[in-house]
This record gives sequence, structure tokens and C-alpha cells, in this order.
Amino acid sequence: MNTSTEEQWLYTISSKNKLIDLNFKEIWRYRDLLLLFVKRDVVTLYKQTILGPLWYLIQPLFTAVIFTLIFSNLAKIPAGGEGSLVPPFLFNLAGITLWSYFKECLTGTSNTFTKNQNIFGKVYFPRVIMPMSVVVSNLVKFSIQIILFIGFYIYFVFVSGIDISPNKYLILLPVLVIIMGLLGLGLGMIISSLTTKYRDLTMLVTFGVQLLMYASAVPYPLSYFKQELPKYAFLIEYNPITAIIETFRYITLGEGQFSFFYLGYAAVFGLMVFFIGLIIFNRTEKTFIDTV
Amino acid sequence: MSDIILKAQNISKQYRLGLIGTGTLSHDLNRWWHKVRGKDDPFLKVGETNDRSSFGKSDYVWALQDINFELKRGEVLGIIGKNGAGKSTLLKILSRVTSPTTGEIKTKGRIASLLEVGTGFHPEMTGRENIYLNGAILGMTKKEIRSKEDEIIDFSGCQRYIDTPVKRYSSGMRVRLAFAVAAHLEPDILVIDEVLAVGDAEFQKKAIGKMQDISSQEGRTVLFVSHNMASVKSLCTRGILLENGEIKLRGNIDDVVDEYLKRDSEITFFKELTNYPRKSKGKNVMTSIEVIANNDEIIAGEDLTFRIHFETSFINNVTLGYLLKDEMGVSVHAANMQQYGIKYQVKPKKNIDIILQKLPLNPGKYSVSLYFGNGTYDIDIVEDVLLFQVFWKKDTTVIPPQKKWGKVYIDTNWNY
Repeated sequence: MNTSTEEQWLYTISSKNKLIDLNFKEIWRYRDLLLLFVKRDVVTLYKQTILGPLWYLIQPLFTAVIFTLIFSNLAKIPAGGEGSLVPPFLFNLAGITLWSYFKECLTGTSNTFTKNQNIFGKVYFPRVIMPMSVVVSNLVKFSIQIILFIGFYIYFVFVSGIDISPNKYLILLPVLVIIMGLLGLGLGMIISSLTTKYRDLTMLVTFGVQLLMYASAVPYPLSYFKQELPKYAFLIEYNPITAIIETFRYITLGEGQFSFFYLGYAAVFGLMVFFIGLIIFNRTEKTFIDTV
Repeated sequence: MSDIILKAQNISKQYRLGLIGTGTLSHDLNRWWHKVRGKDDPFLKVGETNDRSSFGKSDYVWALQDINFELKRGEVLGIIGKNGAGKSTLLKILSRVTSPTTGEIKTKGRIASLLEVGTGFHPEMTGRENIYLNGAILGMTKKEIRSKEDEIIDFSGCQRYIDTPVKRYSSGMRVRLAFAVAAHLEPDILVIDEVLAVGDAEFQKKAIGKMQDISSQEGRTVLFVSHNMASVKSLCTRGILLENGEIKLRGNIDDVVDEYLKRDSEITFFKELTNYPRKSKGKNVMTSIEVIANNDEIIAGEDLTFRIHFETSFINNVTLGYLLKDEMGVSVHAANMQQYGIKYQVKPKKNIDIILQKLPLNPGKYSVSLYFGNGTYDIDIVEDVLLFQVFWKKDTTVIPPQKKWGKVYIDTNWNY
């Protein structure tokens, strides 16, 4: 033993918490598990349903119809700035598509520990695989929904002859999706970690998400809010989700507040939330099984 | 020889008793305040040893205390101890489900656990899909699973159903499939917790055979936890005896098993059950068990009565069962009321007598376990709750049977 004092240990199980104790090599080794979880989520969600994956489309479609009826027709909220040509339906669909990606990521990851306590209590794998798989499988869902959006976009341009076109910043779309995913994942990890001990947050999530949607400029343009309620507009404007939704509508419909600074703010915010989430999640995963 | 693959140093684990929630926040804040000032965690000092049957003063207990051991490559280590000795906690720490309160474990190999087979099976997915998912959860890569797929399916004996959703499987088939996946894992260290108690006899034999293959032929390091002393003895080379969260003895498996049997052998005729540790999730309705025998001596071939006392409100349609095990933890006999067609209604403050007529057991020590349920689900289960000793009759010229002659007593007539 004394001949090799510095022995090569593969890993150490201990109580000591490093601030960021992420073993990327290990996560990489479990990449197949991530993919299999994604496959499980996507394949099993609509098993034994008649419409199957069509449900992915029905949700945003119906929500957009209702929003158009209520917010655009009834409440007369414009779909963009003055003289906007954008059809309200398309405006709403754009917001809903991106918003629901965030929402699904958040709600899907926010119960990671409580929902998986059975499996977490028996085998070890990097716990972070679980919320990551949620984000990735929601990406599949999002892709299907964005195709729906493109379909309606083409319909409005070619059939209804409305003069809208995406601009060169369309290449930013993947960035928007990534920031949205980071925000949802980060927030979800924070909430899931805190709920292992204190269940209060679960109550908050379900209705909090609902309220957050209204604070994220989904059913109305930010410019309209600024014009009508300038006193409170900063609340909406500093919400990073607003920045992403506004940017998305700017790059696809040409309506919305866009600047690299504004988007950069959302990106920094997203990264921060993600890393805070990761740290808290890592601290929790070691002993949550004793407190859950 | 320093082929040590795993090293556990000063492993301790503290648990908080009572409800989590009330007072947790204040304790957390107190802890945090001590930490900020650079002081030790105030609640780490107050723990007591984990003796479940007696009430302690503190809200905190040590489920494990200062556990040190080393594991050499290719060694099969058995961990034995009574219920609540800390075996499961130790395995949980080893399989990284939870982390120790103090101390550390260093390892040179991958650890995989079979704490309970079938973890992560998704009922909507087919058997084949579940092999991949379950395998990946247990730490295999897709490539590894693919190369073993046929072997796994073959071992499980579920070829015909492999592309059917698992929800259509019988529970036995599910267990077979799950065990097949687990048995084909190739970690450096395998942690097993009583999985051998699943499946029918044929499959159990297969499973034990596989375990032996794993440890002997493939040279895998195995940590094995079981109540069945016979299988511990046949599988393991070295053993550790845990008691109240501390290592009481370590060494050759035979010595450790003998010591365990000696320690555990408090022969009694009465046992209070209200505070006895249980794994069942229902209400604790059985309050005590009493052994009634002629002259307070249990004799082979004579009647023996167990009187079970209850404290409960009315429960309809319940069944009481008992299981006798020998010293080695091997089941000898079991029976229940349902089997006899009895539909029993428990009344408050009532007792049930289990009368074993002409007890057909050879001299030796046996344990009783009691099962109380309503036929579909368990209400109250107490395992190995009481130990009794059977003696040979005194007023006979027949020489008592030797230990190795078996457990069954038959009053034989010789016609010559």
C-alpha cells in the first residue's frame, strides 16, 4: 500500500459538497440513457390514443384560436405596432409555440425528484440526465409545433396574400430555443430541488406558470403594453421570456422589440438561471432521498 | 497484495426522526448559522445509536457509525445483520443513492446495484424496449446491451412476449425479464440485496446459479445482503456482521454467520410487537405474540400454540399467516387462514391461536414470521419476530436425530 500512496481511484463517494460537482465525463457515458428516456417520453405519451402525435398540434392550434377570439377580436389587442399586417392568429400562434416549449420544460422538470423518487431511490445515474431528457423530448414536440407554425405562415403568405416575410435574423432561432430551454431547465431544477423538502412550491408552479404567461407578452405585443400601461411596462420588459418571444416575432413576422443587447440580456439571464439550477440540483441529488 | 477495489472509511449516516417539515427550517437555519461562523454542525453531535425498539432522547439517530472495510477484487462479501442493523443504508450509500453524512468511499471500479429488480420499467413499452431502457438505467451503453440482447431474452424465457408491452406481462415474467437484464450487467462491483427471493423455484435456482457464475467464474466482486444464511454461506467468502449501525464482526463467512446466529438467539416465549420494526406499510395491529407449550418446553411431535394479540378496530375478511424458518433462514413451513377457507373478522382486543398439531420439527432453533393482510394486500408483517427451540422428547428411548438429518420430524414405525 505504501508503495503507491497516490492510488488511482475511479471515483469517491463522500459527503463533501463541491460547489459545482459535475462529472461531464460521466454524463457523456450515460448519453444512451438520455436518448432512451427521450424515446420513452415521446413514444409512450400518446400510446393508446387515436390521434396520437396529432395531439402535439391540437394544443397550440386550439389555444391560438381561443386567444385570437378573446384577445384579438374581443379585447381588440393589436397584433403588433400601428398599421401591422400580421394576422392575429399567426401572431398568437408564434407566441404560444415558443411559450409552450418553455412551459413544458419548466413543468416537466420541476417535479424531477418527487416524480422519480422510486427510480432514484434504487439506482444511481447522473440525476441531471432526467431533466435534460425532458428538455430534449420537448424539443421534439417543439419541432412538430414549429412545422405547424410554418404551415400557417405559408398559408397566410400564399393563400391570403399577406405581405410578411422573415428577416435575416431568422438564423437566431436556434439561439432563442436554447435560451428558452436553459430558462425552463434552470428554473425547473431549482424548483424540483426545493420541493424535495418543502412542498409549497408545487402549489405555486401550476398557477404561477399560468400567470407568468401573461407577464411574458404572449397574448399581446410588448409595444402595446408600453403604450397602454407605461408605468408597469418595465416588469414585462425585464422578463427574459418576453425578450425571446418578442425577438421570435420580430424575426418571423417583423413585429416586436429586437436588439442584440436585449437578446444578450436574455441569454445571460438564461445561463445564470441554468447554472444556479445546476448547482442547487447537484447539492440536492446527493441526499434528497432522505428528505423527499 | 494491494488489489483493493473498494475502500470505505469512517462511513456514518445520520437520519432525522419524526416528521420532516416541522422544525426542519429552524434546524436548517441553525445549521447554516453554524456553518457561516465556521463551526461544526450542531446536530451531528446529538445522534444516538440506532436501537429502534427503545425510545431515545434525540431526534437524530445514526443508522451507520464509523464503518470501515476494504474489498479486494474478485471477493464476495456478505453483509448480515438483523432488520434495522443498517444493511440497506450501507448498500444505498454504496450504490450512490444517498451520500454518507461523514466519511468516504473510494472505488476503482463501476458499482452497479440490484437493490430491486425492474427499476424503471415502463408498462407501455415492449419487453425489448424495456431491456434497453432498464439496461441503460443500470449503466450499460446501447452497444453493450445490443451485444447481449439475445442472451438476455433467452435467459428471461420470455421470447414469445418480447414485443408485447410489459403491462400485459404476468408479475413473474416481469421479474424474470428484469433479473435477466440485471444479471447480464458487467460492472466491476455488483451490489445485491435479496433479489434471490423472486420468481418460482426453477427461476430461483437459475438466479442463484447465475450469481455463483458471476462471482466464481467471471471473477466479479460482489457485495451480497440477505437474511438467508444458507445462500450467504454458499455464495460469500467473507462476511461483515452489522448491529445497530456498527460492525460487530468481520472475517470468514462461516465465523460471521455462526456469530450472527448466536447473537440472534434470544429464545423467548413472549414478544411485544407494538414497537417491532416492520417493512409493511399498513397499521401495526399485532401487539404481541405468546408461545404456549406444555411445561413451557417445545417438544418435537407435541402440540405448540402461538397466541397473537391484536389491538385494532373491526377489519373484515382478514387472514393471518405464519412462516417458520430454520436457523439458516430457510423456510420450513407456512400456512394461512385463507388457505383453510376461513373468513375472519378481527374484533378489537381479540386474539388468534395458531395451533401447530404434533409439531413435526426436529430439535433445533426456528423463527416465526407473521403475516396479516386481507388477501390482496398486506396490512401488518413482522419478520423473524420470535425464536423458539424445539427439544427432543424426554420419556423416550429413541436417540435424538443429528443436525444434518434434516428438519422434519416423522414418527416412524418400523415393521420388521
